[in-house]
Amino acid sequence: MSATELNADKSFAKTTGVKKTDQKIFAVIGYGALTIMALLCLLPFLLVVSSSLTSENKIITEGYQFIPTDFSVEAYSILFKYPAEMIQAYVVTIGVTIGGTLLGLFLTSMTSYALSRRDFKWRNGFSFFFFFTTLFSGGLVPWYLLIVNYLHMKDTILALIVPLVLNVFYIIVMKSFLGGIPEAIVESAKIDGAGDFRIYAQLILPLSKPALATIGLFLALAYWNDWYNALLFVSDEKLMPLQYYLYKMLGNMDGMRKAMMGAGAVVTTAIPTESLKMAMTVVATGPILLAYPFVQRYFVQGLTIGAVKG
Amino acid sequence: MNRSGFWNDLKKYKIFLLMLTPAVIFYLLFAYIPMAGIIIAFKRYDYAGGIFGSAWNGLDNFRFFFDSGNAWQVTRNTALYNIAFIVVNNALQIFAAILLFEVGGKWFRKIIQSSLFLPYFISWVVVGAIAYNLLNYDIGTVNAMLRGLGLEPVDIYNTPAYWPFLLVLVSAWKGLGYGTVMYLAAITSIDTEMYEAAEIDGANIFQRILKVTIPNLYPTIIILVLLAVGNIFRGDFGMFYNMVGNNGVLFSSTDVIDTFVFRSLITSNDIGMSAAAGVFQSVLGFATIMTVNYAVRRYDKDRALF
Repeated sequence: MSATELNADKSFAKTTGVKKTDQKIFAVIGYGALTIMALLCLLPFLLVVSSSLTSENKIITEGYQFIPTDFSVEAYSILFKYPAEMIQAYVVTIGVTIGGTLLGLFLTSMTSYALSRRDFKWRNGFSFFFFFTTLFSGGLVPWYLLIVNYLHMKDTILALIVPLVLNVFYIIVMKSFLGGIPEAIVESAKIDGAGDFRIYAQLILPLSKPALATIGLFLALAYWNDWYNALLFVSDEKLMPLQYYLYKMLGNMDGMRKAMMGAGAVVTTAIPTESLKMAMTVVATGPILLAYPFVQRYFVQGLTIGAVKG
Repeated sequence: MNRSGFWNDLKKYKIFLLMLTPAVIFYLLFAYIPMAGIIIAFKRYDYAGGIFGSAWNGLDNFRFFFDSGNAWQVTRNTALYNIAFIVVNNALQIFAAILLFEVGGKWFRKIIQSSLFLPYFISWVVVGAIAYNLLNYDIGTVNAMLRGLGLEPVDIYNTPAYWPFLLVLVSAWKGLGYGTVMYLAAITSIDTEMYEAAEIDGANIFQRILKVTIPNLYPTIIILVLLAVGNIFRGDFGMFYNMVGNNGVLFSSTDVIDTFVFRSLITSNDIGMSAAAGVFQSVLGFATIMTVNYAVRRYDKDRALF
């Protein structure tokens, strides 16, 4: 099921002519409830943006507000005056997101391709080998000890990339997509003498662009929003990704003051910690909100593929 | 087994096997070896000995976990929260999907769907920040409003009783768009002839939804709910950790297995006991998934996980 089909106007209400009383009542309920739900989803974002643009005094005396009554860009001016840490966190996040997504796409598609080939007799065995890991796990502790004590990945960029690079769910989605590519294409390439890897790289990958786009965006979102692996494995400040940096700053105003001072801020006046927290939240979430209108439909596609396949 | 047949296959599938090698190594390393690491739960872990060299201590870690009283509390919290999430989230998602299908033009739907889906895209860290904005005692919006109305402010971050409701609300908020999209896809695929037949029989819109739309959603609802039930002992660490953090005052009503295991490992460094709690969770989860899958198989063989 594609996104366009979802948006297609199949609603029966449209096909009937004159509206009856029950439809009028229903329309009131429908428009009302949906508008309220949509507002409830959006207002918290407005609150954050608005608070980041409100003067510190106003926040302290009257609380966070949906509309800034005492407009101030002080928080942003401080944030951008000493941006070194924030920029460092951005660099880490962008690097991890790009590197992880590309590597993840390569591994996911290659794995799924081998599993999707019907002439590969052992594919069900391998599929189960991957799938079983979603049913049972050793829990957090052995996994954590392995990564820290045996693989020595603590405070390395690998600890931020490797744990998210493969996901059985994406392998299943990709496999079901590849299963839809006619086998005749593979057969004719084989007759032309192409090897299996070449068929994957030169034939299957270009045909899989829609699925790659969807899975790539899911991967990118997971990397961008990841703070958990940093919480577990990163103590080096140079390696902190954006969300984890935000997490640290939100919970630690002293740290924030120190960061500002370390960056050369002369702290004579109080740092506007409350509005600064919100400005940081805005800056850390901004790219997602900007990309959202353009990428949303790929996520809808991904969900509906996943829903069909379970 | 025919040996030469096996070696022939190995040769034939050489490229496929090479293509699978990175993923096989990945899952061996990060999933299967940690499964073997379960033995830590039966050992007194010391860093010098590591996973294999530490001394065995039988069921001491489990005994400690259960005797502390934590086991019951975190298991109960995990299961009850997940049950509440499943019921509330699915009900809201079905409600929103039906309304979205029935009313509005193309633009209205697009805007509503985009709005509902937006919270899915932000990290739990940001959700935690938003919650703090709203709920903080001194400067939170909720308390500012209460004061504005001349009412007493509420100290939410020090009152465990509010949290079950709050967490259910937050979970519903973040998951609404995701589930609505799934249910909308299911509604869109219902045969329109059924609606036409209902119309000819004189059904009004409410009857049509109750008698046509919802019954046609049963298969989707049952599958999504059962799959969620299979994960009933897995707490959403990101949500609980960012909403509650290390605020011990709230633990009685907010601590789930995952946050407990994390704290025991990272904060109190009690490796044996946290491993035991993790094993307890994994075994419980495995048994639940197997049971649920059996149920799904009986309901609809094609929908079963395996």
